[in-house]
Amino acid sequence: MGIRYLLGRLAVMIPVFFLVVTGVFFMIRFAPGGPFDSEKKVPPQIMKNLEKKYHLDEPLLYQYGRYLKDLARLDLGPSFKHANRTVNEIIGEAFPVSVELGLLALVWALIIGIGAGGLAAIKPNSFWFDYLPMSISIMGICLPTFVIGPLLVLVFGLWFELLPVAGWNSWEDRILPSATLGFAYAAFIARLTRGGLMEIRSMDFVRTARAKGLSEPQILVRHMLRGGMLPVVSFLGPALAGLISGSLVTEMIFNIPGLGRFFIQSALNRDYTVVMGTSLLYFSLIFACNFLVDIAYAVLDPRVRYE
Amino acid sequence: MSDTLNPALATPIDETESGTSLWADAYHRLLKNKMAVFGAVFLTVEVLVCFVGPFISPYGFEEQNLELSLMGPSFAHWMGTDTLGRDLLTRVMHGGRISIGVGFLASLVSVFVGILYGAASGFIGGRTDNIMMRVVDVLYALPFIFLVIILMVYFGRNIFLLFVALGFTQWLTMARIVRGQVISIKEKEFVEAAYSMGISTRSILIKHLIPNCWGPVIVYLTLTVPTVILEEAFLSFLGLGVQAPMASWGTLISNGVEVMEIAPGNLIFPAMALALTLFSLNFLGDGLRDALDPKGAKD
Repeated sequence: MGIRYLLGRLAVMIPVFFLVVTGVFFMIRFAPGGPFDSEKKVPPQIMKNLEKKYHLDEPLLYQYGRYLKDLARLDLGPSFKHANRTVNEIIGEAFPVSVELGLLALVWALIIGIGAGGLAAIKPNSFWFDYLPMSISIMGICLPTFVIGPLLVLVFGLWFELLPVAGWNSWEDRILPSATLGFAYAAFIARLTRGGLMEIRSMDFVRTARAKGLSEPQILVRHMLRGGMLPVVSFLGPALAGLISGSLVTEMIFNIPGLGRFFIQSALNRDYTVVMGTSLLYFSLIFACNFLVDIAYAVLDPRVRYE
Repeated sequence: MSDTLNPALATPIDETESGTSLWADAYHRLLKNKMAVFGAVFLTVEVLVCFVGPFISPYGFEEQNLELSLMGPSFAHWMGTDTLGRDLLTRVMHGGRISIGVGFLASLVSVFVGILYGAASGFIGGRTDNIMMRVVDVLYALPFIFLVIILMVYFGRNIFLLFVALGFTQWLTMARIVRGQVISIKEKEFVEAAYSMGISTRSILIKHLIPNCWGPVIVYLTLTVPTVILEEAFLSFLGLGVQAPMASWGTLISNGVEVMEIAPGNLIFPAMALALTLFSLNFLGDGLRDALDPKGAKD
C-alpha cells in the first residue's frame, strides 16, 4: 500500500485545517452580535472588564494569533457563556456522549443492514427476505432523522409507553435515540450489501468455490463477504461523518447532553470559543474517518492501489 | 418543426432514416420504468397543488382562528389545523413552495458553479486540471453543513443566502461529472472539426462541450434537489432555515413535533409530503440515469 500516498494526504490536511481555523474564526468574529449582548444593558465598566478578561479588547489579529498559539497546545480556551469552564472541559464531558450515541447507532446499522442485505442476497426475489425489507429500506433512506425520531417517540414513547422519550441516564434511554440515528444507515447498508453480494455472486472465484464443494454459508462468509463488503466500507466514511452531524438533530430531539447540542447552542448564543472548539473537533473527526476508510479499503481489496 | 411546415422535404428523409435521437430513446426507456413515471407524475401534481392550491384554498396562509386550534382532519380542514388554528393543508402547500423552490434554486446554483469549475478544469487540462481536482478532493472531506449552520446563525436567515450556501455544498460532484465528460469529448472529431473551422475556444466550450454534458448533469440535478430539500428541512428543523411567517416543510415538521401528542397530524402530514417528494425525486433521478446512460444502469 502506498505509504507515500497516505502521508501525502495527511500533509495536505494540515494547510486545510489551518484554513478552516482561519475561516471559522473570522466568520464568527465579523458577524453581528457578541457573547455579552443581552436584553439588559450591561454597564460599560463591567463590559470593559469582561472584554478584558477574555481578551476581546485586543485587535482581532492579535486575538487570532493568541488562539492559534493556544490551539497548538490543544488549549481551546475558556467558554464565554459557561462561567469558569473551559472548552476542553465541556468537550471532555459532551464528546463521549456523542461518541456513544454514534457507535450504538452504527452497531444497529451494521447488524440490521448487513443481516437484511445478506438475507436478501441469499434469497433474491423472495417476498419476505428481499422485496419487503428492501422496500422498507427505501423508506428509511427517504425519511430524515428528524421525522423518524419524533415518530418513534410518538409510537413507542407516547402511545405504547414502552420506552423513555428523553434523557441519557439508563440503558433504556439509549434505545430510541440510537435507533433513530441508525435507521437510515441500516437501510443504506442493507441496499449496499445486497448490491455488492449480488455482483460478486456471479464471479469466477465464487463459482470455483461452489465447484469444489463448499457449502453456501461457507462461500458467503469466506469468499463473498470480503469483496462484497467493499461498497459498505466506502460508505462508512461518509456514514461516520453523517452519524456525527445527524446526532445534532437526534441530540436536540431526545435532549441528550452531547456535542451536537453544545454546537448549536453555542452558535446561537455566540459563545465564540465553544463554536470554534466543537467545529474543529468535528472537522478533525471527519478527516480522520475518511482517512481510515481509505486505509481499510486498500486492506480489503487487493486490487486497490494508491499511487 | 420543419417537417410539418414542408412535408415534401421531410418525407424522403423519413424513408431513408428511421433512427431515433438519443433523447427520444431515453424518453422511451424512461416510460418503461414505472417507479420513475410515478415519481414524475407525483411531482408534477404536487408542484401544481403547491403553486395553484393556495389560490383555491378558502383559508389564508397566516389566517388564524384560535377557537379551532389543533383540530384533527375534517371536511373543513382536510389536514386539520395547527396550534394557532391555521389550516394545515394551506400551510403544507405554502411550505412546499418554499421547500421545492429552495431545493430547485440551490441545485441550480450548484449546477452553475459545478459546470463552470468542471468545464474549466477539464478543458484546460494538465497541471491546472490536476490542482483543481485536488482542491475538489480536499473540499470533499469538509463537512459543509457545519459551515452552513455557522453561516446561517451569524448572517441572519436570509433566504438568498440560504440558496447560495446550500448550492455551494453540492457543486463538488457536479464539477467532477462535468470535468469527466468534457475530457472525454474534447478530443472527439467534431470538436477538432470545429477548431479547424476557426471557431473560438469560447464558443466551442459553450456550443459544443457544455451541451454534451447535459445528460449526466440533468441526472445529477434530480438527485441533488432532494439532498438540498433535506438539508433545508434540517436547517429549518433546527430553527435556522427560512424565517417566520414563512415556513418550509422542515419548519412545519418542527412545529408538529411540539404538538404531536395532541394532534399527530401536524407532524405526520408535512412529514409525508417531504418523504413522498424525496422518494419521487430519487426514483425519477434513478430512472433518468438508467434512461440516459443504459450502459451504467445498475441491477
